[in-house]
Amino acid sequence: MRARERRVTGWRLTAAVTLAAVVVFPLYWMAVTALSSPGVLTRPDAALWPTELRWENFTRPLQQFPFARWALNSATIAVVSVALTVVINLAAGYAFAKLDFPLKNTLFLAIVGTLMVPIQVIMVAQFQVVIDLGLVNTPTGVVLPRLAEAFGLFMARQFMDAVPDELLEAARVDGAGALRAFVAIVLPLSKPLVAVLVIFTFMWRWNEFIWPLIVLPDPDAFTLPLGLRFLQQQFGNDYGSLMAMSLLSILPMLVVFAAFQRYFVEGVARSGLR
Amino acid sequence: MVIVGRRPARHRGEALAGLALASPALLVFTVFMFVPLGMTAYYSLTRYTGFGEPRFQGLDNFGQIGSDPLFWRALVNTGVFTVISVPLSVLGGLGLALLLNRHLPGRGLLRALFYVPVVISAVSAGIIARWIFNENFGVANRLLTGLGLPEVGWQTDGPAALASVIAVQVWTSLGFAMVVYLAGLQGIGAEVYEAAVLDGASRWRMLRSITWPLLGPTSFFIVVYMVITSFQVFDIVVIMTGGGPQNATTFLVNYAYDAGFEQRRQGYAAALGAVLFVIVMALTLLQWRAGRRRDVA
Repeated sequence: MRARERRVTGWRLTAAVTLAAVVVFPLYWMAVTALSSPGVLTRPDAALWPTELRWENFTRPLQQFPFARWALNSATIAVVSVALTVVINLAAGYAFAKLDFPLKNTLFLAIVGTLMVPIQVIMVAQFQVVIDLGLVNTPTGVVLPRLAEAFGLFMARQFMDAVPDELLEAARVDGAGALRAFVAIVLPLSKPLVAVLVIFTFMWRWNEFIWPLIVLPDPDAFTLPLGLRFLQQQFGNDYGSLMAMSLLSILPMLVVFAAFQRYFVEGVARSGLR
Repeated sequence: MVIVGRRPARHRGEALAGLALASPALLVFTVFMFVPLGMTAYYSLTRYTGFGEPRFQGLDNFGQIGSDPLFWRALVNTGVFTVISVPLSVLGGLGLALLLNRHLPGRGLLRALFYVPVVISAVSAGIIARWIFNENFGVANRLLTGLGLPEVGWQTDGPAALASVIAVQVWTSLGFAMVVYLAGLQGIGAEVYEAAVLDGASRWRMLRSITWPLLGPTSFFIVVYMVITSFQVFDIVVIMTGGGPQNATTFLVNYAYDAGFEQRRQGYAAALGAVLFVIVMALTLLQWRAGRRRDVA
C-alpha cells in the first residue's frame, strides 16, 4: 500500500511538473528572445535556449522611447488607485455592514448590481463624463471612473459584516462613537481585507488596457500596456527588443505576486465565492 | 448574499456617520456608474458623433444592429470563443486543482507557476503569443514542423487565428480556475470520503459522485465569471490579430470599440453596449436557473 501510494505521488508530480513547464514556457521564451538578436531568432534551427546575451535589446529601446515615463505613469495610476480604493471601500464597507442609515439596503443592492455591468457597456458614456470633467490625458481620468467598481465594496462589506457586533457594542458602552469604533476596532482587524484590496487593485490597474486606451491618447500620458502596443507597431519584426520591454513591464507585477502570493490565493478564496 | 437585518436606528448620529462614511463611494458610483448607465440608455436611442448634440432617433440603432452582418459575425465569434475557452479553462483548472490539492513535493511553487499567467497583463500575454504564433519564425510552427506536421497560418487562416486566441485565453485563465477550485476542495471534509472508501468506491467514482457535486457552487461561480469575462475579451485580440483575418477574430467588444472610438458612431456603440449588457445578464440568469434546478433535483 505504501509503495503504491508513493508511485501515485510520483506520477502526480511528473504530470504537474510537465504541465507547469508547458504553462511557463511562453514566459521562458520571452526571456530567451529578449536576449537574442534578430539574426539568431530567424534561423530555422534557432536554439531553444539563450546563445547570446544581447543587452542592447534592453538599452536601445530605453533610450529611444519614453519607457521610463510610461512606467512612472503606470505606477502613479496604480498606486493612487490602490490608496483611494482602500480608503473608500473600508469606509463604505463599514457603513453598509454596521451602521444604519436611510436607503442603505437599496443603495447597496444598486451598487452590487453593477457587478454585472462590464466597463465596455458604458465606456462611451463614461468617456463623455471624463471629457466633460476635463480629465482626458490625465491620470485622474483613468483613476476616478475605475473607483466605481463594486467588487471592492462587496468584499469590504462581507468582511466587515463578519466582525462581531459585541466588539463594537463594547466600544460603544465605553462611550466611543461610530467613527471611533471604526478606527479603534474595525481598522486593526482589517489587515487581510486591505491586503486583498491592495493586491487585486494594483494588478488590475497595472495591467489595464482598454480604459487607458480611451482616456490617454497622448503618447506622453501612456501607461505601460499602451506603450507596449505602440512599440509593437514600431518594432515590427524586432522581437528581441519587444520582448525585452514586455519583460520589464511585467517584472513589477511578478515581484508583487512573489511577495504576496499567499494573499492572491486567500483573496480568491475569501471573496465569499467558495 | 446576506443583507443585514434592520436594527432600530439608535442615533441620528449613527445615520450621519453612516452617510458620511459611505458618501465617497456613493459619489463615485453616482458620477461614474449610474449617470453613465443612464447616458448609455439615452445615447443608444440617438445618433451621436461625440460632437454637437445627440439626435434622438428611437430604436433605429437596434434595428441597424439586427441587420448588421458584422455584428452577427462578432456575436458568433464571441459565442464560439466562449463555448470553447470556458470549458477548457474550467476543466483544466479542476484537473490542476485535483492534482495539487493533496500533499506533493514543491506544491506551493507549482501552484504559483500555474497562476503566473493570470497576473501578467493581457497585452504582454498577447505580445508573447503573437511571437510564438508568428507564421515564419514562431515556435509553434517550428514545433509542428519538427513533428512532421504542416505549418499553420496563425495570422492568415481564420479558424487557426481564432484557435490561437482561444489558446491564450485559456493560458491566462487556467490558474484562476485552479485557485478557486482549490479553495472549494478545502471546504470538503475528509469524513465525506471515509464512508465511500469503506464501501470500496473507486477514485473515479468518488470524483463523480462526491467531489463534483459538492463543488457545484464553485463551478457555478467560475463558469459565470468566465463567461462574463470572455464576453469582454479585447486586449489579447487587439495585440494578436487586430480582429483579422477577414473579421475571423472580431469580438463584440472590439466591434463596439471600433464603432465608438474609431468610427465615432457613439450612439451605435452605446446600443452595442446595451446589447452586450442584455446578453451578459441573460447568460448569468440562465446559468443561475440551471444551477438551481440541479440543486432541486
